[in-house]
Amino acid sequence: MDFNDTPQEAEYRAQVRAWLEDNAAEYREPAAESWKLPEFIARSKAWQAKKHAAGYTGITWPKMFGGQGLSPMHSIIYGQEESRFHVPQGLYSIGLGMCIPTVFTHGQPEVIQRYVPKALLGEEVWCQLFSEPAAGSDLAGIRTKAVKDGDEWVIDGQKVWTSFAHASDFGIVVTRTDPSKPKHKGLTMFIVNMKAPGVTVKGIKQMSGGSDFNEVFFDGVRVKDTHRLGEVGDGWKVALTTLMHERLAVGGKPRYAPGYDTLMKLARGVEAADGNPAIAASDVRQKIAQTYINDQGIKLTQMRALSALSKGQVPGPEQSISKVVVAKTMQDLASFALDLSGGDGFIAGADADPELAKLQGSYIGSAGLRIAGGTDEILRNIIAERVLGLPGDMRPDKDTPFNQAVPA
Amino acid sequence: MNFDFSDEAKELGEQARRLLAEKAGTGPARKAIAEGAPAMDAALWAEIAELGWTAARVPEEFGGLGLSVEEVAQLADAAGGSLAHVPLVSTLLATEALVLAGTPEQKAKWLPGIASGKTIACVAWNEPGAVSPGTVRAIENRGALTGVKQPVADLAVAHVAIVAASGADGPQLFIVDLKGADTAAVETIDLVRRHGRLTLAGTPAEALGNAGDYQDWLDRAAVILAYEAIGTAQAAMAMSVDYAKTRVAFGQKIGRYQSVKHKCADMYIKLELARAHALHGLAMIGMNGPELRQAAAAARVASLDALAFCAEENVQLHGGIGFTWESDCQFYYRRNRALVAALGPRSWWSERLVRALEQRNRAAA
Repeated sequence: MDFNDTPQEAEYRAQVRAWLEDNAAEYREPAAESWKLPEFIARSKAWQAKKHAAGYTGITWPKMFGGQGLSPMHSIIYGQEESRFHVPQGLYSIGLGMCIPTVFTHGQPEVIQRYVPKALLGEEVWCQLFSEPAAGSDLAGIRTKAVKDGDEWVIDGQKVWTSFAHASDFGIVVTRTDPSKPKHKGLTMFIVNMKAPGVTVKGIKQMSGGSDFNEVFFDGVRVKDTHRLGEVGDGWKVALTTLMHERLAVGGKPRYAPGYDTLMKLARGVEAADGNPAIAASDVRQKIAQTYINDQGIKLTQMRALSALSKGQVPGPEQSISKVVVAKTMQDLASFALDLSGGDGFIAGADADPELAKLQGSYIGSAGLRIAGGTDEILRNIIAERVLGLPGDMRPDKDTPFNQAVPA
Repeated sequence: MNFDFSDEAKELGEQARRLLAEKAGTGPARKAIAEGAPAMDAALWAEIAELGWTAARVPEEFGGLGLSVEEVAQLADAAGGSLAHVPLVSTLLATEALVLAGTPEQKAKWLPGIASGKTIACVAWNEPGAVSPGTVRAIENRGALTGVKQPVADLAVAHVAIVAASGADGPQLFIVDLKGADTAAVETIDLVRRHGRLTLAGTPAEALGNAGDYQDWLDRAAVILAYEAIGTAQAAMAMSVDYAKTRVAFGQKIGRYQSVKHKCADMYIKLELARAHALHGLAMIGMNGPELRQAAAAARVASLDALAFCAEENVQLHGGIGFTWESDCQFYYRRNRALVAALGPRSWWSERLVRALEQRNRAAA
């Protein structure tokens, strides 16, 4: 066993590293203050265009869609090298990670030609309009409807938890086109212009105080039939393509989330109840060990998957444990560390210790991470059903026409 | 990056799992707990020796195959999953000590017999009152050991014991020829794997390496035993999953209930974390890497986490039938205790892990 690149991987890494050294110099250190939205968007667009010109966008996409046609390893190597810099990140992760692959898999040729290049260049930003107030984990229960009118469709309804809707030009939206069919069967997906008449985006203020996602209202929004993705009634199948990409995108521990090292450092500086440094207390040491086992265990699990990719094989199902472990470990660690800090860990804002403020951020953020991109519960269902082969939950409404289903 | 078993090791593992699925498993384990049953399955041991499993790690110059620790891990995994009633893991752990720290003379004396399967070896660190391999009361004085070692797995069938005792520089390993040694059977919670008491009263012993080698051996032993625990936990999980797919309650398969399926998912999660750390341990042994101490401790803790959870929840998921003598659940539930006793509890290894991390941080500072 070894942890080295193959010669080809090493060559690509060296090329990427050299390019980043020359082009990402301004992002070597973290920004002194976090960027306001317009600056974040401007910087994101400029960085994406720069990457695009150098051939570092759409690394794994087929060449016919403007990609580089390279392997997942190339994309991972680029990501590893880029993460050593503090470049603007996130604006395109949903669009390029999930929406556009759905567009080029299921869209019509003219539509692909119109949208894919501009998305890859970063000129146009995309969002994903799936969840609704009454359909989160149970995504197929969506109610936003689309009704055919000539060669157009008219969309009415409401979406929620839509990240970056406020910064997006286009989105992919799942709608119900036939409520007389069972819930998974009557769905259809479309591309929608976020600036079209009838689209209203309202920011949602999160528990953290931040506002990353939105409610989106559709009121008689007209979409051309050419902008349909997949066949009428095939929306569920198309959505699964998107979600497959989501599971690849949402995974490891967020880059700046505190880990076992944070707890070790903190515990050296605070006193435990017995008056000794907390780092000497056995419960603190057990917590450090458990956090290491979970966080490092996920990193090592990802390395198993990388190893398979590097050999040109398909990774095993073990990756499916990542988020469910990472999010809860983050929450437990933050909670434990704040316990240890007593009142100091409770004081927030300008009077807070910067290290403790990070833990507070992690305490609050992890509560969202346990829900986003598949709740802990849904992810356990997926492991049990798809990996271990256990039967699915009982779904009383599964085969009933959607408009006749009554709760069991 | 190549973070995976070699194809050769995987192949040996497949071969071992195939054979043991046929010749071992819960059926033979049940025979092994009957009144007057022998202390090991001698026919299976002869077959294992014939296949060269005990020779795997022995260097070619001493009659072995000179394979890597990856093959040893695969064999430990297969032995664990099948509950095989043979002293395979004990012999592999002792072999690792001899390969790591033995003088050429010691290797020449013991390894050829181990390779052929004629010599069975065991390891003895545990003592009355001991809670971890870190504290050892048995002492060495001018080539003779005094103290009591118990419970010692497979002592009854072993010809040689690798014994931990306090030497001049702290705990270290010694070789004790068991010919004429004072041994007795000790009953334990694990009814399949026999354990014994070795009473040392000025018993002649040869030092096997030094105090540092003992610590290095503990790392290697922790990784090998992690694979035995992973194999055992995997078997317990498989039993739960099979049952959840067939047992019906309230008009549906119990696997449809989230309280059941989420427990199975948690078994899988804990097992995958254990596999990741155990593989890291193997990689560090193979590369002689600086992170072996932390990797081995993490492998030990994560594998015992997985085994305890799978073994305990397996009984729970079976309900009343799982608590009967006739159910096979008890084998994994009991083996969990044997594997904790084999090298000390999670708490001690967690502490060893944190100390390794602190040392690494100091070195980096």
